[in-house]
Amino acid sequence: MSNVNLTINGQKVSVPAGITIQEAAEQIGAFIPTFCFDKDLTAPGACRICVVEVAGMRNLPASCVTAVAEGMVVQTESPVVVEARKMILELLVANHPLDCMTCEKGGNCRLQDYAYRYGVTGGAFVGEKHEYLPDSTNPYVYRDLNKCILCGKCVATCNAVSERGVINFAFRGFNTRIATFMDADLKDSECVYCNRCVAVCPVGALVDKNMMGKGRIWDLEQKQVTCTFCESGCNFNVNYRDGKVVGVTAANAAAGRPLCLKGRLGINFMQNPDCIEKPLLKKDGEFVAVTWEEALGIAPILEKLKVINK
Amino acid sequence: MNSLAEKRKTYQDQLAAKAKKTVIVVGLGTCGIAAGGEKIWSAIKGEINNKKLDIEMVYSGCVGMCYKEPIIEVHKPGMPRVIYGDVNPENALQILQDHAVNGKVVNDLAVAQDPKEGAAKLPDVPVLNELPFYKKQVKTAIAKCGVINPDSIEEYIAFGGYEALEKVLTGMSQVEVIDEVKKSGLRGRGGGGFSTGLKWEFANKAQGDKKYVVCNADEGDPGAFMDRSVLEGDPHAVLEGMAICGYSIGADEGYIYCRAEYPLAIKRLETAIARGEEAGLLGKNILGTGFNFKLKIKAGAGAFVCGEETALINSIEGKRGMPRVRPPFPAQSGLWAKPTNNNNVETYANIPNIIRQGSSWFASMGTEKSKGSKVFALTGKVNRTGLAEVPVGITIREIIFEIAGGIQDNKKFKAVQIGGPSGGCIPEEHLDTPVDYDSLIALGAMMGSGGLVVMDETTCMVDVARFFLNFTKNESCGKCTPCREGTKRMLEILETICAGKGKPEDITTLERLSTVIKSTALCGLGQTAPNPVLATLKYFRSEYEDHIFNKKCPAGVCNALLEYKIDAEKCKGCGSCKKVCPVEAISGEKKQPHEIDTSKCIKCGSCIEKCKLDAIIRG
Amino acid sequence: MSCCCEKKDPNQEAVDAVLAKYKGTKGALIPVLQQCQDIYGYMPKECMAQISKGLNIPLSEIFGVVTFYAQFHLNPRGRNIIRCCLGTACHVRGGAKIFERVQKVTGVKDGETTEDLRYTLESVACIGACGLAPVIMVNDDTHGRLTPDKIPDILAQYE
Repeated sequence: MSNVNLTINGQKVSVPAGITIQEAAEQIGAFIPTFCFDKDLTAPGACRICVVEVAGMRNLPASCVTAVAEGMVVQTESPVVVEARKMILELLVANHPLDCMTCEKGGNCRLQDYAYRYGVTGGAFVGEKHEYLPDSTNPYVYRDLNKCILCGKCVATCNAVSERGVINFAFRGFNTRIATFMDADLKDSECVYCNRCVAVCPVGALVDKNMMGKGRIWDLEQKQVTCTFCESGCNFNVNYRDGKVVGVTAANAAAGRPLCLKGRLGINFMQNPDCIEKPLLKKDGEFVAVTWEEALGIAPILEKLKVINK
Repeated sequence: MNSLAEKRKTYQDQLAAKAKKTVIVVGLGTCGIAAGGEKIWSAIKGEINNKKLDIEMVYSGCVGMCYKEPIIEVHKPGMPRVIYGDVNPENALQILQDHAVNGKVVNDLAVAQDPKEGAAKLPDVPVLNELPFYKKQVKTAIAKCGVINPDSIEEYIAFGGYEALEKVLTGMSQVEVIDEVKKSGLRGRGGGGFSTGLKWEFANKAQGDKKYVVCNADEGDPGAFMDRSVLEGDPHAVLEGMAICGYSIGADEGYIYCRAEYPLAIKRLETAIARGEEAGLLGKNILGTGFNFKLKIKAGAGAFVCGEETALINSIEGKRGMPRVRPPFPAQSGLWAKPTNNNNVETYANIPNIIRQGSSWFASMGTEKSKGSKVFALTGKVNRTGLAEVPVGITIREIIFEIAGGIQDNKKFKAVQIGGPSGGCIPEEHLDTPVDYDSLIALGAMMGSGGLVVMDETTCMVDVARFFLNFTKNESCGKCTPCREGTKRMLEILETICAGKGKPEDITTLERLSTVIKSTALCGLGQTAPNPVLATLKYFRSEYEDHIFNKKCPAGVCNALLEYKIDAEKCKGCGSCKKVCPVEAISGEKKQPHEIDTSKCIKCGSCIEKCKLDAIIRG
Repeated sequence: MSCCCEKKDPNQEAVDAVLAKYKGTKGALIPVLQQCQDIYGYMPKECMAQISKGLNIPLSEIFGVVTFYAQFHLNPRGRNIIRCCLGTACHVRGGAKIFERVQKVTGVKDGETTEDLRYTLESVACIGACGLAPVIMVNDDTHGRLTPDKIPDILAQYE
C-alpha cells in the first residue's frame, strides 16, 4: 500500500495509508493516552482521551479512529489537547471513588497514570457519584462498577467468545453501566469466570478476587506461561512475590477462546500444604517416604537396564 | 393499465364533481384532535345522518393554524371556501345549519375565505392569503397539508402527485436527477444543512451491491412538529421524494424511521405505502419501468439521540441507538454496512416540487447560500402558534411579529430559541437577522429542524439553559465521556445557580466544560449540547451574574431566589390570599393590608393566583 | 423449562407467533420487543428469554436494548399512561404546573404507577403538539391548552 506524509509534533513522517493517527504517532514515539482502544479488540472512539489537534479541523478528532491523510499536521500535546484531556480526566475522576491507596489496581491503572501525568487531582466537580453495590458474591471476579469508566473492553472481549455475551452496555446517559441480563450479580448470570474481562479492564472495576490483598503490581513479578490443562494452550501470568507463587492471572486472550477457570485454579494445587514431594509406601501399617523407583516397583528393571547399558 | 396522466384526469374530474357538492372538512391532525376535532366530527356527522342532509364530510391534516384549532372548512358550491376556527360541538352545528345548509356565513367564527372563480367574495370575511399569518408565507412543502385527504392517493395524484417520479423514471438519468437537486440548492432540513444533492451524489458514487434510502422521521426537538404535520397531512410527498432518491442513488429499499410518539403519522404512512403499492407507484416494477422500491416503516422506541443519523441506523438494525464514529459516512457504509442516504421528512417532501417545477424555481427563493422555503414551528409566548412556511432569508422579526402576531398579553419580547437543544437563544438586538443556515450559526444558534420557541420577559434564561441541559443529559446515549459526564456536571452547576447557591467561578467552569464538550464529543448532538448555555451566556450574561452575585432572578422564575411581599398600598385586606395559603404564612386583619411571613412562605404562588388586585409582589 | 405435556401460556404463544413472523428478518429485535410489550403491557424477564432464544441474541444484549429506549418497561404499568409534556413550548407556557397537578391528583411521581394500576405517570420531552401547549397525553389522546384546574376532570375520564 502507498505511503502518506504527515507532520506530527513538527516531525515529518511517512506512514502507510489507512493507519490511524494514533498508530502513526506510536511509530515516532509520541505519547497518546487511550482507554477504550485495544488493537486486537475494539476501537469504539468513545472515551475521547486520545483526542489530538489536527490543523484545519473544527474539532479535536479521536486519534484511535481517525485515519492519517496526506499533508496532515498533527499536535498530540498542544495546549488545547492537554486542556481537553484534563477535563475528560476531571469528569471521569469526579465519578470515581478516590481510594487509590487501597485499590488493587494501584500502580497498574490507566486512570491513575493519566491523572498523574496531567495533574488531575479530582475535586473540580462536586456532584452526584454512582453508588453501586460492588458484586462480590462469586469467588473469582470482584466487580466494582463505581470504578468503571465505560471503555467497553470487557464487553468486547466477552462477546468475542461465541455463545457467551454475558455482559453488555445497559441503560443510558449518565446511568449507563455494564450489566448482565437483568443487572444480576455474576453468580446469577451465565458467566463462567474466564476472567478475560479482568485481563482487559484498564482500571480497578474488575479485579481477580484470588489476587486481592496479595500485593500490587510493584510487589509482584510476572511470568507468562502456557497452560497445559487442555490442548487450547491459553496464556496465563504466574505472579510471584518474594520468589513464591501467589496467584495465576489471565493474560490477554486470543479472540474466540476463553481462559478457563481450571487453568487459573491450578495454582491451588501448587500451594497445597498437603502436597507431598515424595511417594509414600505403606510399610508395617505406616506410610514411609520412598523413591519413585521403589513406589512404582521398577527398581529391579532399572538395575537390569543399567547392566545392559554398560 | 391506465397511464398516470389518465388516472390524474379521472381523479381531477372526480374532485371537480365533488366541488359541486357541499363538503365539510374537519382538521384531524394531532393538534386538531387534541383540541377536540373528533368530537366536532361526530357532532356534525350525527346531525347530517339525523337530518339526512346531502353533505359530504372529509378530514384533512394540519393547515398550520394551531392557534385557531379546532378548525373546520365549509365548501359550498358557488361560495368561497370558508375556514372556521375555535370551533366546538355546539357552534359546529350552527355552522352546519347556517352555512352548509342555508348558505349564510357565520361571521363571528369565520377565520378566512379562500376566493375561487365563479364565486362572489364575501364582504365581511378576511381573505386567506391576506391574513397576517399567511401574507408572508409561501406554501410549497406543506402546500397540500390540510388541503387534501392524506389517506387518499387519488387526491394526491389529482394535485400533481407522482408526476415527478414518473418524469424521473421515464426521462431522466440518475446523474440528471442529482444535478437537478444540486442546482436547486436544497440543504438538509433536519439540522446540519448539508447539501442534499451532494449527499445523494456520494451515495450514488459509493460502490455496493445493495443501497438504502432512509427517512429520518424521528423529529425529537422540543418545539418542532413540522415533520409530523407533513407525515399526517401529505404522506405521499415524502414517499415520492424517497422513491426519487432511491432511483438516483440506485437503491431499491427504503426505511422510514418514525418516532413512536407519532402514532397517527405512522398510521397514515402505512396507509399511504399500501395505496402506493396498489397503484403501482411503489413496490415492484414502478410504472412499468422495471424500477423497484420497497418501503418499510420502523417505529422508534423513545430515544432522542436516534435523530442522529448513525444512531438511527443502529436503531434500525435493532441495536442500542448509540452513534457511530464518522467517517465512514453512511453514504459509504450505513445501514448494514451498505451505502445509505439519509434525509429528513421535510427534505424529501421538497423533492417532488423541485423535480416538477425545476431547480431554478426552487433556487429563486431564499438567499445566496440557503435556497428555497423552510417550515417553522411557531410556539411559546406568541399570539399565533402554528406552522409557517416562509422563504429562507426572511427576518426573525417578520416571523415573530408579523406572522406569529407578536407576544401574548402585550408582554415584552426577550428571546427566541431556535434549533432545539442544539440551538441557541437569540435576543432582541438580532431580530433583524435573516433566518438562513449560516447567519444563525454565526449567532450561536442553528436552523435545526426549525422550531421557534418565543420567550418573553417572564422567562428566566438561566432556567431555560437548565431546561435544555436537563434534556440533553437525559437523552445522552452515554457512549462518549464528555457528553455522558459533562452534560451532567453542566446541569448540576446550572441547578445550583438556579437554587441561589451559585459560586463566582461557576461561569468560567461552564465555559470551560462547554468548550471541551463541543470539541471532543463523538456525535453532533454531543458537540452542540453546550450551545444553549453558550448562547445564553453570550447574550444574557447579566442574568447569570444576578443569580450568582446578587442572588436575584430578574424574571421571577427561580423560586429559591424569590421573595413574596404584599404591597400595602394595593392590598384591601380581602383575605383570599390568607385562605389559600397552605402554610399559614399570611396574616392580617380583615380590611387591613396583610403581610407574608417569609420564613414560613414556601413560594408556591397560590396567593398570587388568587389576588385580584395584583397586590402580591414576587421578586 | 417447559415440559411438552404442559399447556403453553397464551401470552407465550402470542410471543411465538411474533417471533415466527420475524424469523429471518434483519433488525427484528426492536419491532419484536414492541409487539411483545403490547402483549404483556411490559417486558417480563421470561419474555426476554423467549425472544433471546427465538432471535438468537444474547440476553445481555436484549437487556441493553430494553434499558436504552424509554418505550420499554421492566415493570407492570397502569391501565392508563399519562404523559406530561415538559418540552420547551410547554415549559415556557407552564408545563411544570400542569405536571405538579397531575402528580397531586394521581399521588404518584414521574415514572411511577398507582397502586390500583389505574395510572402510570411519565414526563416526556415533546409530543409535537406545541401549538396547543401545555399538553398532556393520556394513552393515545392528546389534551391541549391546559390549565391545572382542568386536570382532575380529564383524568377522571380514564378508568
